[in-house]
Parts: sequence; C-alpha cells; structure tokens
Amino acid sequence: MGRYVARRLLQMIPVFLGTTFLVFMMVYSLPGDPIKAMFGDHAADPATVAHLKHQYHLDMPWWQHYPLYVWQLLHGDLGQTFGGVDVSQVLSQAFPVTIRLALLAFVIEIVVGLGLGLLAGLRRGKVADKLVLVFTLLVISVPVFVIGYICSTVFGITLAWTTPTVQDSNNLGQLLLPAFVLASLSLAYVARLTRTSLVENVRADYMRTAMAKGLPRRRIIVNHLLRNSLIPVVTFLGTDLGALMGGAIVTEGIFNVQGVGNALYRAIRASEGPTVVGIVSVLVIVYLISSLLVDLLYAVLDPRIRYA
Amino acid sequence: MPDVIEKEAAVPGSASAPATAPAKAGKPRSLWSDAWRDLRRNPFFVVSAALILLLVVITLWPSLFTSVGPRDADLQHHYLGAADYGHVFGADWFGYDGQGRSIYARVLYGARASVIVGLCVTAFVTVLGGLLGMLAGYFGGWLDTLVSRLTDIFFGIPLLLGCLVVLNAFTHRTVWTVVLALGALGWTQMARVMRGSVVTVKEADYVTAAKALGAGTTRILLRHILPNAIAPVIVVATIALGGYISTEATLSYLGIGLQDPTVSWGIDISSAQNVIRTAPHVLFFPAGMLSITVLAFIMLGDAVRDALDPKLR
Repeated sequence: MGRYVARRLLQMIPVFLGTTFLVFMMVYSLPGDPIKAMFGDHAADPATVAHLKHQYHLDMPWWQHYPLYVWQLLHGDLGQTFGGVDVSQVLSQAFPVTIRLALLAFVIEIVVGLGLGLLAGLRRGKVADKLVLVFTLLVISVPVFVIGYICSTVFGITLAWTTPTVQDSNNLGQLLLPAFVLASLSLAYVARLTRTSLVENVRADYMRTAMAKGLPRRRIIVNHLLRNSLIPVVTFLGTDLGALMGGAIVTEGIFNVQGVGNALYRAIRASEGPTVVGIVSVLVIVYLISSLLVDLLYAVLDPRIRYA
Repeated sequence: MPDVIEKEAAVPGSASAPATAPAKAGKPRSLWSDAWRDLRRNPFFVVSAALILLLVVITLWPSLFTSVGPRDADLQHHYLGAADYGHVFGADWFGYDGQGRSIYARVLYGARASVIVGLCVTAFVTVLGGLLGMLAGYFGGWLDTLVSRLTDIFFGIPLLLGCLVVLNAFTHRTVWTVVLALGALGWTQMARVMRGSVVTVKEADYVTAAKALGAGTTRILLRHILPNAIAPVIVVATIALGGYISTEATLSYLGIGLQDPTVSWGIDISSAQNVIRTAPHVLFFPAGMLSITVLAFIMLGDAVRDALDPKLR
C-alpha cells in the first residue's frame, strides 16, 4: 500500500507539470498585452511598462519563466496579482468558501444522486424509474445558469425561503441553494450511473447465489449488490470533487459567492496571468489528490484489488 | 383476431413479409441493423429525431418561419411581453427584448450559432480524437504513450475553464473561434474512448484472421477495426454534442463566447439576466429553446446507446 501510494505520487509529477505547463502556455502565449491593457486608453509610459513587465517576469521567454514559476510554486509562492496582493492571500480568502460550497454540493450529490439511482435501479421499468429518468434528462439538458436563475428567483424572491444571493458565506443555510444548483448536473449523472450499474449487476451469478442462500433482502442489496455496483460511481464522484471546486464559476457568479470560481473569473476577465495560473495550479493539485484518494477507496470497496 | 388484422393493415407492405422472412433468417442481422430496428421503436428516439430535424430546418432557413429580422429593433416595443398586447400570433408572440427586437425572430436565428458550434466541434473532435485514438490503440508504442499522457493532462482542466482562458485572449470572437477552442480542448475525451475501444477490438480473432490472410494495415484498420470499435465513440459524440451547445451558451452567457452582432441564445440569456423579475419572457424563450435543443441531443444519445449496448438488452 505504501509503495503504491509512493508510485502514484511519483506518477502525479509529470501530469502536474504537464497541466500547469499547458495552462501557463495558454495564459502567456496567447495574443494580448495585459500590461498595456492596465493603462486603458492612456498612452503608457515605456519605463513603467518595462518595470511592470520585469516585476511580473513578463519580459522573460517562457523557457526561463516556466521553470522559475515552478521553482517559486515549490516554495509556496504563487506570485502576486496585478494589484500587488499575494495570490496565496486571495486564495486563502476564497478557498474556505469554495470548500464549504463544494462539500455541501458533494454531500447533496451523494445522498440525492445515490438515492434516486437506487430507487430507479431497484424498480426497473416501474413509474419511479421513469420519473427518475425524465428528471435526470431535464436536469442534464437545462444549462446550469438557467437552473440557477430559476432557483434564485423562485426560492429567493417568489417564495422567499432563502436569500436570492449569498450574503454571508459562513451561513450554511444560505449556501444550501447554490450547493443544490452546483450539484444538480453531477447529481443527475450519479443517479443514472448508479441505475445502470445496478441493472447490470442485479442479474449477476453472485446475486442468484445470495438469494438462493436465503439471505435477507436488505443484506443482499447492501452487502452484495451495492458494494459491487458502486465502483463506477465512486470513480465518477472522485473526479467530480475537483470539478465542483473549479467548475463553480457560473454558480458562484449567479449567487454572488465570493469563492475561487468568482476570483478566477475576475482574473481571467482582467487578463491577470499570474493569478489565473496560480489558482489553476492549486485546483489541479486538488484534482490529482482527489483522484488518488478514489483509487485507494477502490481497495476498500473491492477486496479483489490489492495494491502491492 | 381483429387485432392481428389491424396490425397487418397498419404496416404497409406487410403482405410481402412472409416472402422475405426466410432470407432474413438465413443472414444474421448485424449490430447496426439490429440497433436501427430498436431505435425506430424507441419513442425517445422518434421525438428527439423529429426535434433535431426541425432544428436543422430552422438553422438552414430561419426565414421560413418569420419575416422579421433578428436585428430589426423598434424601441416602442421595449420589453413588451405577449400579455401586453392582444394578438398572440406572428412575429411578436414571444414578446420583445430591451431594444424592441422580436424575441421569436431572435430565438429562430439564434439556433444557427448553437447548431453550427455543436456539429462542427463534434465533427472536429470525433475526427481528430478518433483518428489519434485509433492509431494509438492499434500501434501502441510512443504514440500511445504520447496520446495517453496528453489525455491525462487535458483531463485535469475542465472544458469550460480552459475555454475561458483561451477565448479571453481573443478580442474579436466568431463562431469559428469558439469551435476551435472547444475542439482543441475537447478532442482528448474522444481519443480516450476510441483508444479503449480499439485496444479491446484488436485482439479479436477476425483481426488475426485478416492479418493471416495478408490484409494490409490500412485495410485492417478501416474494414475490420473501425466498424467494430466505433459504437462507443458514436454514443459519446452524440451526448457530447448537446454538452458542447450548452458550453457555448455558457461561454456566451459569461461574456467570453460569441459576441454581438452574432445572434446567439447565450448572448440573449446573458442580457436578459438583469430584467428577470420585470420581463421574465426575455429569459424564458431563449433558455427554453436552448434546453430543448440540448435535451433532443441527449435523448438521441441515450437512445443510440441503448440500441448499441447489448448488455442492456
């Protein structure tokens, strides 16, 4: 197990370098001059421009800039925003909010998604199954910004059950609606994946054996069926936790949540290269670690998988 | 008995069925003809195919459905909803937006951007990803390593996030800029699917047989591997098509996708968000059309998957 984790951690290094390099090149090699843009319509003073370019290492060619960036990253230095604030400070304010939102969404996704999937899979072809199918189809089809606006208007203004936007990001009650919206798409995928997996496994030989042994229904479902069916669902959930953190751009915008997605969106719009690369690097690390955790969880769910 | 007669009457040409049946029984149906038989009976497929056909007609000839242009503005109609005037048919039955443009006309003309983006990105991604995935899966070696590592790297960057970064660099964006950005970031998904499919297929006996008979590499790839490995790719591509349309609208909504004067549902939804309480119809119709379009493609993908996946039969 220890050796497996060590090997996986080593394998992460090239993927991490590749992903950050890709983002780095996308940000810095595309057309546009962010320093000139800072001056708007005014003529820029060449000396100031040169100084700013030097300060943000924008005067370096990429083969010097990228290693320098990685070197600084290894020392915990994510660089500075164009406003002169450390990117790590921006992140330390935004990350707790996003983590709360993402974890809340993750819990909703697991509880509601698995619940609906179980309901549909165990009653294949019945009314409940059809209803879940239609519901998930609708949720997948309606884009998240439309769902967001509808929920914000209906629950926040018409029914006034909650605030239409988040005013206090420490208040879990206010975060609940955005979390539901953020979870909606993944929730539908989890429900469908669970259903498909259950339907495939319900006809397996071990199910017949378990029933022939006369085991109680609850035990057959929980210990035999679920444990085998959940493997693809866990894979999806693992990759999704990272996506929930980075993919909250739209939801955080609609509900005015001051999280990472919002900070990232503002940085992209302002062409703040250092901030974008810094935030994305951290998101990639979160993503890689969560996918490692999923692989380790496999061994718990499926004893046939052993990590030597 | 009357039931049977009714069924016979309902199917034209069923009289000749007994004559052709023995011939059919002699030749086993292929996966594709089997799937086609399944599809025709699936109500989801029929509904989605009809919707998509209608959408294609709207895309090609929007002027068939309205004589009003999408940019004809009359400020007298500023944010008028259908409830604000008596008649509900014609160019104004969806109401007007802030600049007094007919929402009905804008919704019709907006289909073009979405459908072009969806179809072109899917074609781009399927051809590039499919080709690289097939070569990587069949030959292995350094190409396989390269494609697999690239897939790993791209997998860590969500499509929307990557597109935001890339498109933000372009101040002037057209449909083709968006297509290229989505395609360049999306092809690895298809390569992964194709590679996995080819790796399982290439061990099959008929591939060995073809090799033993002296078939060339091109022939093996195109005649033996491709037809047997492409089913998962078609399924993923159909479902992804709806996703690409949704992503384009999200990008336009965020202000980093298409730009005026291109008519697009995403742009209209974006400009409607500020008036959602006072003029909800401005948001409702483009959002509804967008959702129906995505729904149609996802339903189609679902139906195709059910038809092509023998496990679910």
